[in-house]
Amino acid sequence: MAIIDLVINRRLSLAALPPDWPGNNYWWHWLFFTIVLIAFVLVMVMGAIYIERRAMGRMQSRLGPNRTGPFGLLQPVADAVKVMLKENIVPDNADKIVHWLAPVIAFAPVLMIFAVVPFQNGALLADLNIGILYIVAISSISTVGVFMAGWSSGNKYSLLGAMRNVAAVVSYEIPLVLSIVGVVLVAGSMSLNTIVLKQDIPFILLQPLGFLIFFAAACAEINRSPFDLMEADSEIVAGFHTEYSGMKFAMFYLVEYAEAIAMSAIITTIFLGGWRGPLLPPWLWFIVKTFIVFFVMVWTRTTLPRVRIDQLMALAWKFLFPLALINLFVTAVQVLVWPDALPWTAVYINIAIMIILIFLWSRFFKLGWGRVEI
Amino acid sequence: MKFERYGIGILKGMTVTIRHLFRHPTVNQYPEQRLNVSRRLRGNELIWNRERCTGCATCAKACPQGAIELVTATNLKDNKYDVTTYRVDTGYCIQCGLCVEACPYNALFMGYSYERAKYRRGDVVQTNDELLESAERPASGYYHPEIAEKLPRQTLLVERITEKRKRK
Repeated sequence: MAIIDLVINRRLSLAALPPDWPGNNYWWHWLFFTIVLIAFVLVMVMGAIYIERRAMGRMQSRLGPNRTGPFGLLQPVADAVKVMLKENIVPDNADKIVHWLAPVIAFAPVLMIFAVVPFQNGALLADLNIGILYIVAISSISTVGVFMAGWSSGNKYSLLGAMRNVAAVVSYEIPLVLSIVGVVLVAGSMSLNTIVLKQDIPFILLQPLGFLIFFAAACAEINRSPFDLMEADSEIVAGFHTEYSGMKFAMFYLVEYAEAIAMSAIITTIFLGGWRGPLLPPWLWFIVKTFIVFFVMVWTRTTLPRVRIDQLMALAWKFLFPLALINLFVTAVQVLVWPDALPWTAVYINIAIMIILIFLWSRFFKLGWGRVEI
Repeated sequence: MKFERYGIGILKGMTVTIRHLFRHPTVNQYPEQRLNVSRRLRGNELIWNRERCTGCATCAKACPQGAIELVTATNLKDNKYDVTTYRVDTGYCIQCGLCVEACPYNALFMGYSYERAKYRRGDVVQTNDELLESAERPASGYYHPEIAEKLPRQTLLVERITEKRKRK
């Protein structure tokens, strides 16, 4: 009791709070949005797993899970229960503490991404004025978790998968960020809420090349097919989570889908107009658009075969990186020279530029000094 | 990743997959819906005919696994062999059908059933009366066209799907 009294007295004595100290509602706002976000992520992940398995099944001329509940809707629940009841096996020569910490470190940043994603005008946990920068910084942290998992497992496959993941993330971060910068230039702000407010026409039309680059880079960053060679089942068992089982494996599984949802949400926010849309309430628009983007991810996953590691690196450095630089340059010129250009003229010009650039760069893009055709 | 064709290959692939999304899936919901298996199926268990069997043990000699064990006793009254034990270890059986082809008296058939898995290893070894033909264990038409004629025609998944299309 004495200690608590001391703390309270100290707080009272520090009556002169700093001027940017949050107001009275701050903690209620914080509590509400934290709970909402955690629930949102978990529910969205379940929806994502269901959509992925069903859509992928139908695209492969199968049915997908249809036994648990109506239309197999309870399949994610069944999966979760199964994985939680399973034994947790830690290898003998694993680094126990790192092995235990890795899933946590991988999972926390994914939840933190959603802090700056607006569900409605101003409905977000923290309207940071550097929201995009925050996302870029935070989303890379989960790679540390993945690398910890790979290293601590004491398994060569895990280590290989983790190394591949790090290499891919380091490479694809550059086109990803450069394509974001184009959007930031057009919107004139880094806050996601402001970016959404500025999108009278969705930025996918103003930045079509930026969208394609961002989409490819995002897919690579979150280990989704065709860039999933850090978990390539046919080469390195399951990559970094080979030695994980039970609840820890569930965490990695959750991270995978939560990241996919997070990337879909970011694409929705910065390219597709976020929560803006007619008729439906804003938060529903946001969720619908997120799922549409996720569906496109599933679609590309079913269509494209896995790339090799050299193709992955070549695509990042020879194709996406120069295109992203040119896109950034073109956008900067447009913003500087014609800041008040009619949006639709800019749209047509940008789509034409995108087609010409992809056409040209596909000519230049070669592997193995032009010996290898891809 | 055929970027030589400017990403058109990717778009083509994407249209193929999205078209499959709206097609009827080529599947069979197994426990509820079943397809007729091949009439010449080399199924799970051997079917033995006690009346025709003379105990010559040609089947046992033909078996590459040595899964057939046959014990006979002389029957002096009828001047022939009596089969006292006919034992097949179906766990060893590789469904090659050589015993059926070898039998000179048409006393041995492949099974037509395919859901005869057992829970205990001991149940896998079958002796005498367990090997006789019954309603659960019909004989397959393998190497015996006269039996195959009476069995239902095999249905294929593809036929199922075309039927569904015709109905529409």
